[in-house]
Amino acid sequence: MAEVLVLAEHDGETVKKVTGELLTLARQFGEPSVVWLGGGAEGGRERLAEFGAAKVYVAEGSDVEDGVVAPAAEVLAGLVQRTSPAAVLLAATGEGKEVAGRLAVKTNSGVITDAVGLAPGDGGGLVAEQSIFGGAIVTASRVRTGTPIVAVRPNSVAAEPAPAAAAIEPAGVELSDAARAVRITERVVAERGERPELTEAAIVVSGGRGVGNAENFALIETLADSLGAAVGASRAATDAGWYPHQFQVGQTGKTVSPQLYMAVGISGAIQHRAGMQTAKTIMVINKDPEAPIFELADFGVVGDLFQVVPQLTEQIKERSAN
Amino acid sequence: MNIVVLVKQVPDTWAERTLRPDDSTLDRASVDGVINELDEYAIEEGLRLAEAHGGEVTILTMGPEKASESIRKALSMGADKAIHLIDDGLAGSDGLQTSAALAAVLGRTGFDLVIAGAESTDARMGVMAAMLAERLGVPQVSLASKVEVDGTQLTIHRQTDYGYDKVAASLPAVISVVEKINEPRYPSFKGIMAAKKKPVETLSLADAGIDPGQAGLAAAATEVISFAKRPPRQAGTVVKDEGDGGVKAAEFLAAQKFI
Repeated sequence: MAEVLVLAEHDGETVKKVTGELLTLARQFGEPSVVWLGGGAEGGRERLAEFGAAKVYVAEGSDVEDGVVAPAAEVLAGLVQRTSPAAVLLAATGEGKEVAGRLAVKTNSGVITDAVGLAPGDGGGLVAEQSIFGGAIVTASRVRTGTPIVAVRPNSVAAEPAPAAAAIEPAGVELSDAARAVRITERVVAERGERPELTEAAIVVSGGRGVGNAENFALIETLADSLGAAVGASRAATDAGWYPHQFQVGQTGKTVSPQLYMAVGISGAIQHRAGMQTAKTIMVINKDPEAPIFELADFGVVGDLFQVVPQLTEQIKERSAN
Repeated sequence: MNIVVLVKQVPDTWAERTLRPDDSTLDRASVDGVINELDEYAIEEGLRLAEAHGGEVTILTMGPEKASESIRKALSMGADKAIHLIDDGLAGSDGLQTSAALAAVLGRTGFDLVIAGAESTDARMGVMAAMLAERLGVPQVSLASKVEVDGTQLTIHRQTDYGYDKVAASLPAVISVVEKINEPRYPSFKGIMAAKKKPVETLSLADAGIDPGQAGLAAAATEVISFAKRPPRQAGTVVKDEGDGGVKAAEFLAAQKFI
């Protein structure tokens, strides 16, 4: 059976949820082999085995860990050449998409980004579903040239266990000088408490213009924490400097597909909808009944967020305590 | 410093965007075209770097005739000149082919720095800077929220999920920018007038030395098999807060098993 390469997303200790999702999708096309860049593969092995990784190719060392995109693409390209996989799957994060792009050039292969579904095609190969133009149109696409490279949006499928060996072996790819030309000299971690990562989170609570100022975002954070959710913000809020830019949900920011998305004080301009329209369930709290975001709401409250949000947070805490 | 800024014309996000029924490519004709939003930040960063370090800013655009509107706007912001890669044979090119075409032009013009927006609002792939760096064999210094040039040394803040990385490389290089990086200027009246006289060189596939057999829809490495409008979401329940809005919202969350 052909291998399917899956680039692991991890933080050196923990395997991110999307990796289990990618492995679940990969199993449709062959035997998944994880590609693990950096240290910590032994620690992640159990998780990878749980979701069906037959092998784990490891590449570590400072050239891989402190490089930017190019080393990852080079390791993957070496493995593509050696294993002739049925496909290469990555997470559709900013970096994941860039790795996919470079790998596509290296292997002269078609690349599809931000897939929200993946299935075998009628005549073999794979068919990727994408949600484009702010979620207005759904497309089915395939790769015609080379090895299909697909970056899949986190939370697109539920990860399902299927135990396998997860045998660790070195990737055995020598990096070129070109791959070492860019170095990370420092990693600056912004404060975000213990919250889950925005694109990975099952629940996202976002605040917008209606929140009014930076201090008031504490309301959004408290609500998010009561649900174990990530915090997002609309462009209006990040442009105003109320919340850090990397939490922006929307066309020029992050795209999220959580189980539950709560839009608080957000009117729902197309730019914002483009980043959250594939959420499974959407709740809206806004004082303007005409706000377009209500068109997407599974449940909406027309009201003052400064009244509704604290009450909701209290209710959640009470119910969770019982 | 020889700075080349990539500018793409995209359908206006506010318009109803769709694909063409006959070949499933982007329908550019039926909607207004605008400069891709993040490209305005790329132009601004190019202009600032040229103002600080000296040099010239060249706009590079691939697209149909209509894209010349976006080129004019970029020139009216202050760029010095432009190259318009325009050829019917390019229509329907995917990311892989577009990067090959742009790399062919960049290989001829030369550059110290190529600046792109981190992604376009239509295709949203976010791969062009990475693909170009790979093709051109120069450092990729992408997703920049801050750029500093010191001689031939380049330092950026690369936006990450956890904050940012400080990243170092040397010129020549390809960078891409996120919107946090600056506030793009508006074209002044003087700028708009001056733009009319600025040189725009048009290149065909043959001029750029691109094999026509490798360009366009027929040779694309990816293919849209089918597309459909997303069925509208089922109308949900909307309640007016009568002092119990938070309670009702919690009841909904409980019924949906979120709490």
